[in-house]
Amino acid sequence: MGAVAPANAILLAAILFGLGLAGVLIRRNLIFMLMSIEVMLNATGLAFVAGGARWGQADGQVMFLLVLTLAAAEISVGLALILLLQTRRPTLDSDVGNRLKG
Amino acid sequence: MQQLLALVPALPLLAAVLLMLAATRIGTNGVRILGVGSVALSALLACRIAVAQIGAGWAVQPFDVTLWHWMRIGDFAPDVTLHLDGLSLVMMLVITVIGFLIHLYASAYLDGDPGYARFFACMNLFVAAMLTLVLANDLLLLYVGWEGVGLCSYLLIGFWYDDPANGRAARKAFIVTRVGDTALISGLFLLATSFGTLSIPSLMQHATTSWPIGTAMPTLAAFLLLGGALGKSAQLPLQTWLVDAMAGPTPVSALIHAATMVTAGVYLIARTHVLFALAPDALLVTGLIGAATLLLSGASALVQTDIKRVLAYSTISQIGYMFLALGVGAWDAAIFHLVTHAFFKALLFLAAGAVILRMHHEQDITRMGGLRTAMPGVFVVFAIGSASLAALPLVTAGFYSKEAILGGAWDSGPSGRLLWCAGVVGAFLTALYIFRLLFIVFLGEQHRHPHGVTGWRIGVPLGVLAILAVVGGGLQTPALLGGIAIMPGILGGVFGSASHEGALALLPLVLASLVPLAGIALAWRWYGGGLASRFETQFTGLLLRGWDFDRAYDRMIVQPLMWLVRVNHHDIVDSFYEGLGKLAQRTHAGLSLSENGRVRWYAGWLAAGSVAALAIAVLS
Repeated sequence: MGAVAPANAILLAAILFGLGLAGVLIRRNLIFMLMSIEVMLNATGLAFVAGGARWGQADGQVMFLLVLTLAAAEISVGLALILLLQTRRPTLDSDVGNRLKG
Repeated sequence: MQQLLALVPALPLLAAVLLMLAATRIGTNGVRILGVGSVALSALLACRIAVAQIGAGWAVQPFDVTLWHWMRIGDFAPDVTLHLDGLSLVMMLVITVIGFLIHLYASAYLDGDPGYARFFACMNLFVAAMLTLVLANDLLLLYVGWEGVGLCSYLLIGFWYDDPANGRAARKAFIVTRVGDTALISGLFLLATSFGTLSIPSLMQHATTSWPIGTAMPTLAAFLLLGGALGKSAQLPLQTWLVDAMAGPTPVSALIHAATMVTAGVYLIARTHVLFALAPDALLVTGLIGAATLLLSGASALVQTDIKRVLAYSTISQIGYMFLALGVGAWDAAIFHLVTHAFFKALLFLAAGAVILRMHHEQDITRMGGLRTAMPGVFVVFAIGSASLAALPLVTAGFYSKEAILGGAWDSGPSGRLLWCAGVVGAFLTALYIFRLLFIVFLGEQHRHPHGVTGWRIGVPLGVLAILAVVGGGLQTPALLGGIAIMPGILGGVFGSASHEGALALLPLVLASLVPLAGIALAWRWYGGGLASRFETQFTGLLLRGWDFDRAYDRMIVQPLMWLVRVNHHDIVDSFYEGLGKLAQRTHAGLSLSENGRVRWYAGWLAAGSVAALAIAVLS
């Protein structure tokens, strides 16, 4: 396994982040939006790891573990919320639930 | 006896208050007794006081009655003091006696009117206010009466308030006189700040000692007082309200707009004549305004077709004579004409009212005619009143008072001669218009038949006033014609002995007494056969509209004001604060549009914000 140039790794992270953001903005299904957020989180994790490798320090990988934990916690809370919403309104469309309109 | 003076204005005031409070409980007869009786008592009391106070040579013993101290502000401490001297005695007698006759007349004229009690309450209040005006020893108390009569005038012009036109006429009278009143109150402020008092005798004394003749201060003060007098007495340029004031009931026109209130301006100038004597410019203007007014309104009276409007223009014109007399310093002649004018003009108005009443409230003279046979009594008294107004030589009161004025003008230098000419032309116009009215109404062909009969409560006042309109001239006659001097005797204590006594030349006297005859002859030639030969030209319309003063004021004052009002309809200053409110509302609308509750939009804005923040951080 050859070394990957840090710039390329950062570029990949940025593309992944962009794809995730596009998914959040475009998809209306709450499950897909949650998955897109996961993609964005992983993109940041990748950026941390690439940074750690570039400077030869362990901090990047520590941060990645933190992000991983955070992602797990976030997804569990998110899925719980979606389940709750699903019992109230039988739909997964995020735009239908705009009851918090100002 | 002297202490009873206060009762003269107090009785009508008390009756007015009672009528206002208890109108519905005392019935028509009660209203009649209270309303007419109070003025009758007041008149009797006034006569009794006159008998007690007039001594040898008709001289009046002046006296003061201090009722109470009004207020005390530093050195300024006006009292409520009544002052009786020759001038106020004459005015008091005119107001109470003629007031009583008109009240008696009105009790029949307004029979069956739903506002009977309201009418008499206002009339009594008017008499009380007018008596306060003439008896006041203090200009401040005089001003109370001055505004009081203005208020009563407003209330009574708009007495039949069902018709919006009457309300408009009342407002017009109130607003136009207010212009003059503003000048008057400014004059009072000027005098009060100059001398620290408004008591008339001490004011006059201070003025003569500290203000030289012809300087700015007395001139300014005199002009301000003159402004008030012009408004109240309907003289040029504030004369427009009086003709519309004829919207009121006829007794109101007789009492307020002919005999008493409109002469208050003449009284004011006569009362403060010492001040006016210090301001020759103001006197000259007074005389010129009087001359212009008497000519312009005399000409307007020539073409009117409403019986009351003829008399209204005639009143303006006759008060112009009084101002002319004041302008040449013939104070007693002005007051003499005021008295005789009160007699014959009240008579003419009341007789016109009798005609109007029996013609089913018809006021258009073109629809009258030939009433001589149906109403002989009214015809006779109307003819007497007309003759007196036209100054028919030797036999009428109007002749003697007009001679006194013209004589005074003739004797007072070159400007006086000019005013004399105006007066003579005015006398010709007067004879022409009043006999035109008499001929059209009472001679010629009968168009409509009057109904009913004229009752005693209308007949008696007419008869008494007709007698007064004839014998009133006996109060003062020129030296050539007996030299009776009751009026100069009574007024002597106020104005000093008359200066033009006996100086009257024969030529102007004869000339001025022939002019009315010429006017009557012309009226007979044109209108003797009724209205057939009435002349109609372009000029007539201008005269009919009273020289278009109303239109000019409408263009110059009312319309610009209305334009400003329209422009400022949505308060220009306020629009800034309204703009602030609008801005807050717009911002609110915009921000709440962004709060649409859609998660994806929020995420998008978050992303956009982050990008923008990063871009700023990176690029800067």
